Amino acid sequence: MLDKIKEFASWFFVTGDPLIYGADIAIALTTAAIIFVLTYFKKWKWLWREWLTTVDHKRVGIMYIIASLLMLFRGGVDALLMRTQLAFPDMQFLSPEHYNQVFTTHGVIMILFMAMPLMFGLFNIAVPLQIGARDVAFPFLNSLSFWLFFMGAMLFNMSFVIGGSADAGWLSYPPLSEMTGSPGVGQDFYIWGIQISGIGSLMTGINFIVTIVKMRAPGMTWSKIPMFTWSVLSSCITIIIAFPVLTVTLALLFLDRYLGAHFFTMDGGGNAMMYVNLIWMWGHPEVYIVVLPAFGIYSEIVSTFSKKRLFGYGSMVFAMMSISLMSYFTWLHHFFTMGSGANVNTFFAITTMIIAIPTGVKIFNWLFTMYRGRLTFSTPMLWSIAFIPCFVVGGMTGVMLSVAPADFQFHNSYFLIAHFHQVLIGGVAFGYFAGLYYWWPKMFGFKLNETLGKWAFWIWNIGFYVCFMPQYFVGLDGMTRRVSTYSWDTGWWGLNFTSTIGGFLMGIGFLFQVWQIAHSIKFMEKDTTGDPWNGRTLEWSIPSPAPLYNFATTPQVTERDDWWEEKERIAAGKAPKPQPVLEPIHMPKNSAIPFIQSVCWFAVGFGLVFHWLWIAIPGLLGVGITMLAHSFNYDTDYYIPVDEIIRTEEAARRSV
Amino acid sequence: MAQHGSTHGSHSGHGGGHGSLKEYVIGFALSIILTIIPLLVVMNGWLHGTAAIIVLLGTAALQFAVQLLFFMHLREEKGPRYNLMTLILGLIVVITVVIGSLWIMANNPMY
Repeated sequence: MLDKIKEFASWFFVTGDPLIYGADIAIALTTAAIIFVLTYFKKWKWLWREWLTTVDHKRVGIMYIIASLLMLFRGGVDALLMRTQLAFPDMQFLSPEHYNQVFTTHGVIMILFMAMPLMFGLFNIAVPLQIGARDVAFPFLNSLSFWLFFMGAMLFNMSFVIGGSADAGWLSYPPLSEMTGSPGVGQDFYIWGIQISGIGSLMTGINFIVTIVKMRAPGMTWSKIPMFTWSVLSSCITIIIAFPVLTVTLALLFLDRYLGAHFFTMDGGGNAMMYVNLIWMWGHPEVYIVVLPAFGIYSEIVSTFSKKRLFGYGSMVFAMMSISLMSYFTWLHHFFTMGSGANVNTFFAITTMIIAIPTGVKIFNWLFTMYRGRLTFSTPMLWSIAFIPCFVVGGMTGVMLSVAPADFQFHNSYFLIAHFHQVLIGGVAFGYFAGLYYWWPKMFGFKLNETLGKWAFWIWNIGFYVCFMPQYFVGLDGMTRRVSTYSWDTGWWGLNFTSTIGGFLMGIGFLFQVWQIAHSIKFMEKDTTGDPWNGRTLEWSIPSPAPLYNFATTPQVTERDDWWEEKERIAAGKAPKPQPVLEPIHMPKNSAIPFIQSVCWFAVGFGLVFHWLWIAIPGLLGVGITMLAHSFNYDTDYYIPVDEIIRTEEAARRSV
Repeated sequence: MAQHGSTHGSHSGHGGGHGSLKEYVIGFALSIILTIIPLLVVMNGWLHGTAAIIVLLGTAALQFAVQLLFFMHLREEKGPRYNLMTLILGLIVVITVVIGSLWIMANNPMY
């Protein structure tokens, strides 16, 4: 009996690597600490009532952001492990198998479990406030989306200590990801982690499209929508056309693995190339999904901190919407070298070059917005300004990669690695950091320390260039991606070592951000005005942090940048807009179903990963039962009475 | 603000209704029939080659129409033509996926 348990445990848990044992201990200690703190301070009920069951878009947004920052830490540690392994030739730090797992995990986490949730967090925080709404269109669904993402992310992360991680690259091409190439459970963790969170992503896309189309404040016509909201709309349209492709592709891969189908196998009539084709039909739009909202954030910030209207509003909207559609026609440029012939490659090379045009248009819009503006260099603005040169270089190397014949030289080399990190860090991560700094006071009611923020900014930026510029050159020297080691005679040591230094600098930059947050919580610099940046859009017209119901009365919009125009009117001595009388506010009730249903989905995923139907089937039943329970629950809403609104508003004003 | 925050959706905010029970039953029956036909044709070997493919594609196209008309309520639009716009976008995407994949794979010497 004991032997059997031992045998099971050594198969079930990942063993044999001191790094993993370290992680085991860290996880156990963290879990114990969390349980202890919650019990000691009697916070379980608070956690359940205020957070786990909430349907408030602001709280859901904060939970997304916390989860994504944890994932940023995890993905960042993976990156540093890889950079340490590559710092010297013939390093013995990570074994090749472990290295494969680390780069796979790094890619998946950074795109799907860091960039996506951070983006959704900012959607949740800002969009309803910008358009003058009380919540998103489907608050229940919003909470469900979050918990599905969270459970998917947990399932994927678990593979590190239980069962073993996926190691077939972040897009897990077959045949490597088939049973023949990856017989372990890691690949199934990958499939189910992404599938479960993918359902959530798709629902968020639908939710925000409906929110933006249907729930704008009266008077906010299409040409008065704030630019971030436009970018969210374009991103969500791309989500709903791209994510179903991912779901289907991974479902087919799962059928191959679980039921022995032959969609992508090398034998039995399968076609592994078809997987590559399909996954990039999602994968390419995905990069635009994450970068478009960043463009929206830059637009808001550049215009706010230049104290000017955004230059070329119409062209910006047109550029965003055309990118969101055109992103669907460029996918083959990720596999020019698959060899589909000159005609196919030429078509996709040209579409790729065309999509650079609207992106270039935006850069000029931001530059002209800053031109002759009164610029203030707060941290959000610093990140936005740093983004421009970084993204331009990244975009240019992207155009180089889009030249199909040249791509045969660059393909899968470190040149490519440097390119996409430059657009994803310089475009996406910088943008989300900027957005996080910008909306932080609105989320929590206090500002982040600027001095520490500037330190973090400079260290991050210097680290970025030190890390990735050498990678272009080491790529041109012939170093390919995903190699776990190299020898002295390649001559790659100097560039790799420099790159590693840059990587650690970025890590230090991240620590500065953590310090900045901790410091700002301790020496809280309260935002008493609700409008710390002298903002332009509606979210700055309400107290910070925003009250539960956001707007005491529905704002009446008359202009683009309505709040800015209102402030100008008041400064010019004109009467402010008349406030409508207070009415009871209709609000959604909290619900435990999203959390419970997501736990059931987790069980389904976990059961299917290990082929344990005795977990998967009850899990599926739980999903069905919770769906039914929600269908027959008519007690989903309530009204906030007028005197409570008055009390809340007065309390918010008293702290002013 | 009636539609704000309501999770089960208040019908006042929507243009048009959500179909009747009869409509749903007809749609359900049609989609099942359109699923069984190709299944029988292929499983029992009634048709082969091009004829079978034509039946498969034909029933798939009809299935698509049934979904749009009976479940997506394509006929019931009012106000801005969002339904039409999204339908066109959806068609562009589907055509891109299908034609694009066929074109790429047909040019691939590996297969």
